[in-house]
Amino acid sequence: MMALFLRELKLSASVGGGILTGVLFFLAIVAVMPFAIGPDLKLLARIGPAVLWTGALLASLLGLDRLFQQEREDGSLDILLMQDIPPALLVFIKALAHWIANGLPLVLAVPVFGLILNMSPIGIGASMLTLAVGTPAITFIGAVGAAVTVSLPRGGLLLSILILPLTVPILIFGVTAIYGAVEDPAPFLPPFLILCALTLFFSVLGSLAAGWVLKQSTD
Amino acid sequence: MNLTAENLSAIRGEQTIFSNVSFSLKSGDLLLVTGTNGSGKSTLLRVIAGLLHTFSGKIELSGDDQPIQHQCHYLGHQNVLKPTMSVEENLDFWRKYCGSPDDEIEIALEKVGLAGVQDIPAGYLSAGQKRRIAIARLLVTKRTLWLVDEPTAALDAKSEKMFADILQTHLEKGGIAIAATHQPLGIKTAQKLDMDAHQADFPLEKGEFL
Repeated sequence: MMALFLRELKLSASVGGGILTGVLFFLAIVAVMPFAIGPDLKLLARIGPAVLWTGALLASLLGLDRLFQQEREDGSLDILLMQDIPPALLVFIKALAHWIANGLPLVLAVPVFGLILNMSPIGIGASMLTLAVGTPAITFIGAVGAAVTVSLPRGGLLLSILILPLTVPILIFGVTAIYGAVEDPAPFLPPFLILCALTLFFSVLGSLAAGWVLKQSTD
Repeated sequence: MNLTAENLSAIRGEQTIFSNVSFSLKSGDLLLVTGTNGSGKSTLLRVIAGLLHTFSGKIELSGDDQPIQHQCHYLGHQNVLKPTMSVEENLDFWRKYCGSPDDEIEIALEKVGLAGVQDIPAGYLSAGQKRRIAIARLLVTKRTLWLVDEPTAALDAKSEKMFADILQTHLEKGGIAIAATHQPLGIKTAQKLDMDAHQADFPLEKGEFL
């Protein structure tokens, strides 16, 4: 298990692993936004959480199509699935390593990107917390999409279309929780806890579903 | 330990690839699967490896409670190597992931005639060398049943002989092997299965241009 986890991290960090692709895409979205909005700092701070979450959501989708496709192309997927390890556990570990390599850098980049969007320190802290808790759910939902499109060449776009509707609740609760932290009457904890629940729920359901789909895909 | 297959048939899409394949192998036996291109050699191996679900018939590996899938090595057309990882990292991963370790990596590499390449990224190796690393993967973990699909593709005559020796050793240790190949592999006691004799009873009718 540990061997697979470490191998995934190593592959992500190696040439072509795309560890920085997500962060750079995230940066591109966040950096052009102030130019599009104009010199209204209040408006920028107001829409900052939404921009951060949208950027992080789209950036999380970027590398997902390669999650299982690369394994299938070099024949590793067959061997990985033949062993005495449940496919759901295989998916869970791969998705977790994928999140650490691609999702965690997005969270760590938030303090810098939050400054670009004129967000308050509390807003930046809340953004980091909600993204850290919420983006794993996107990866686990994405794993199902990646498993479904594993045999399709250039399945990345189809994957995004398939899973984007499923990630909308995560986006809604993520942004709501940040507004809850920065604006007084709105509560922070309820949407944040729902976000936690969504991640826990999809870490199980996504792994099971993707594992089952992968097992069928070896034909 | 015995491997028995009864009346195996496999379907891909709507086409029956082969039908009524039966054989029985005991410890130390090698089955050479031959046949023309497209006769279903690789498909047969994938059925036995549990990677193709649309089949009928029965496969049984007696002598152990584990499913066949967990007891076999499958060497397909691809070499299962990550080009950016070194040879040692590649083999070490499979050794740890698959469990029941056998040969040390250095010893396995020596057996395939590639001692000293462990630190080189797998992507830098030639096609024949990659194939030999793929064969070394069979040596680093212990499995009773070897399913090898064109194992000597891209190998030179000397390496073919080397593979035959490795296979012979595996059989002498009580293993079973099924090889889909056009090469005789130089093992005289091998049983033969000609897939051309098991073609579907009702082949699809060929399309016609009018």
